[in-house]
Amino acid sequence: MAQTTLLEAIRQALFEEMERDPAVVCIGEDIGVYGGAFKVTAGLLERFGWERVIDTPISETAIIGAACGMSYLGLRPVCELQFVDFIACCFNQLTNFVAKSFYLWGAPVPMVVRAPSGGGVHGGPFHSQNPEMYFAHTPGLKVVYPSTPYDAKGLMKSAIRDNNPVLFFEHKALYRRIKDEIPESEYTVPLGKAAMRREGRDLTIATYAAMTHTSLEAAAELAKEGIEVEVLDLRTIQPLDTDAILDSVKKTNRLLIVHEDTRFGGVAGEIAAVVFENAFDDLDAPVRRVTSLDTPVPYSPPLEERFLPQVYDIVAAARELARY
Amino acid sequence: MTEAAKTVTPEQQLDLYRYMLLDRIVEETMTKLFRQNKIVGGLYSSLGQEAISVGTTYALEQRDWIAPMIRNIGGLLVKGVRPRDIFTQHMARYTSPTLGKDGTSHFGDLKNLHIVSPISMLGDLIPVMTGVAMAGRYLGQNIVTLTWIGDGGTSTGAFHEGLNLAAQQRASLVLVIENNQWAYSTPVSRQVPIEHLADRAKAYGCRAFIVDGNDVEAVFTTAREAVRLCRAGQGPVVIEAKTMRMRGHAQHDPAEYVPKEMFDYWKQRDPIESYERKLVAAGVLTGKIKKEILDAINAVIEEDRAFAENSPFPPPELAETPVYHEGPLPIEPQWKRPVAEVTPPRSSVKSEWNVSGDGDFQADAIEPATSKSPGDAAASVGARHGVPHKSAADPLKNATPKRNGAGRASAKRASKPAVRSRGRK
Ligand SMILES: Cc1ncc(C[n+]2csc(CCOP(=O)(O)OP(=O)(O)O)c2C)c(N)n1
Ligand SMILES: [Mg+2]
Repeated sequence: MAQTTLLEAIRQALFEEMERDPAVVCIGEDIGVYGGAFKVTAGLLERFGWERVIDTPISETAIIGAACGMSYLGLRPVCELQFVDFIACCFNQLTNFVAKSFYLWGAPVPMVVRAPSGGGVHGGPFHSQNPEMYFAHTPGLKVVYPSTPYDAKGLMKSAIRDNNPVLFFEHKALYRRIKDEIPESEYTVPLGKAAMRREGRDLTIATYAAMTHTSLEAAAELAKEGIEVEVLDLRTIQPLDTDAILDSVKKTNRLLIVHEDTRFGGVAGEIAAVVFENAFDDLDAPVRRVTSLDTPVPYSPPLEERFLPQVYDIVAAARELARY
Repeated sequence: MTEAAKTVTPEQQLDLYRYMLLDRIVEETMTKLFRQNKIVGGLYSSLGQEAISVGTTYALEQRDWIAPMIRNIGGLLVKGVRPRDIFTQHMARYTSPTLGKDGTSHFGDLKNLHIVSPISMLGDLIPVMTGVAMAGRYLGQNIVTLTWIGDGGTSTGAFHEGLNLAAQQRASLVLVIENNQWAYSTPVSRQVPIEHLADRAKAYGCRAFIVDGNDVEAVFTTAREAVRLCRAGQGPVVIEAKTMRMRGHAQHDPAEYVPKEMFDYWKQRDPIESYERKLVAAGVLTGKIKKEILDAINAVIEEDRAFAENSPFPPPELAETPVYHEGPLPIEPQWKRPVAEVTPPRSSVKSEWNVSGDGDFQADAIEPATSKSPGDAAASVGARHGVPHKSAADPLKNATPKRNGAGRASAKRASKPAVRSRGRK
């Protein structure tokens, strides 16, 4: 088994799904000859040709709209947005056209929208965002946000085979930083199932994407102080694996939610509400959140560091919770 | 267009007449239902515009796809939708195609009639129907997609992104701009600083026709030509149909902002009355035939109206039906070409652009707006609309630059980089 980056894992998933099913086509900006801004689609054009790897004008609304139309004839388009920040430009197509299609008139939209997301690489306010909650909030869309190469590959395959629109967030700071051993044989990872990354008895950290790794670093430090933290990686935001969250909270009786998204209206608020509704009696301490600031993502490194949750923020919040 | 391309058989003439009449009577019936408070929400009217929906959709084949806007009930009827579906949709009944989850002409049919449901946001259907056309080509189905947009809707971003993508892809999309002079309360002249909305097409390098939207035969034969071009791989085609919205924006709107003379002017040009006169004069339509047509329409209308009125509202718990689809897709891809063409090894290509020219140009030899679609020059259709427009013209023809030698040639080269293998002929 070879060491594979998250980026390469996604590329493998696209490659294998296109190989497996001629209904799968890729569409986006600079994805063909150039292979995509981050090279996730490198090599696809060469193998699958111009009809299946479609370079478009810079028109996010047209990309999503066309993919939706293609899916009505049974194709499974995979759209690339060059950066997820540009998803704002096709918000209407996604939330009004794509998301409502099945509920309103019974027309499923089996498409995937994949996009590099997240901060920590000094991309500035328009190349660093985490807009997952606009879409997790929209009934009819699924939202996937993996943290490991193994998951990214398995979840991408599930997303492509799913008969619903799936937004697939690819954290750009993880693209080349995180490596996994990936089996050569075929596998998938189901949507809607969280993964326990570290077991512990004292408190639960529910998190996802890049913050999974930050949380694991924090957990290692906390262990030195004798605080045993459980780290639950949500993997998909919509559907949300509430069972896994509740099971863990019932075991540790303390919950810290960590996400890179901004605070107000982030998924932490939803998770806290689910826990209050279903496991209030199991809690020995208030639910806490560590999130980004409620500001745009600032550009300069010291500003961005302050904006993003850091290991020491998580350690401090966890320590306080454990002592409560 | 050749004379042959303008031919309409007596059978087609009676069909066009019948569908326009059906459309009008369906909408008149709904106006009555509205006044009886039986319509849920607003009611839009296509009064005076029936020739456009009917004439364009009549140019399609069963395999082709449409997506209606608010004033395209005529298109739905031609495509085969029963009046009862239109009544139950507007009355929010459980028996409607969306079971009461959406209203008006917001419903579709993937499997049989090939109709994509619209959403309210203007312009959004254009990229979607471009995608349907792209998928149709990919699967080898040789289908054409048709949708409509109002004069007001041409100012949305989706219109421009969609038409540009369609043109760049040479998608087999027929886009009909219904220029009915008004967008809600705003006249065309306050929406856009150009006279002909068809002129938008030349900026995207696609063909356009201008047609008298109140002349159903002109609409039909123009649409038939547009469909032919699309089927031959020379899409997309824009058709601007000049017409007039003869009511307010919707039932609530008395349209007092419209000059009375404008209504008077267009009332003389009612598409159904004028066509009736023409068919009677030609001996195609007789009193007997008209009565047969009307009797048949009224029988269906009566039955379907009663059906709708007797239909229940949906049970409240229907609101909780899932937003995610479990189970197989309603339509699997229908391949009409060998799959081997799009799978390795045959799909494999050399991954490089074939760009012609270096981007060289001579600024003083270029006239602006020189985009031109490849292939033959488009035929133009004379519009016989009455508002003070200049004579109808083929915008692409107007846009043809002066033939002034090398400068033009190199400018053209620079503006149109070619891709080596587009994966199609
Ligand atoms: C994007 C968007 N903005 C605003 C509206 C509200 N609206 C509905 S119809 C309409 C006027 C449309 O005019 P036009 O496109 O000319 O079509 P017509 O009503 O004349 O058929 C407006 C403003 C809308 N549906 N979508
Ligand atoms: Mg209008």
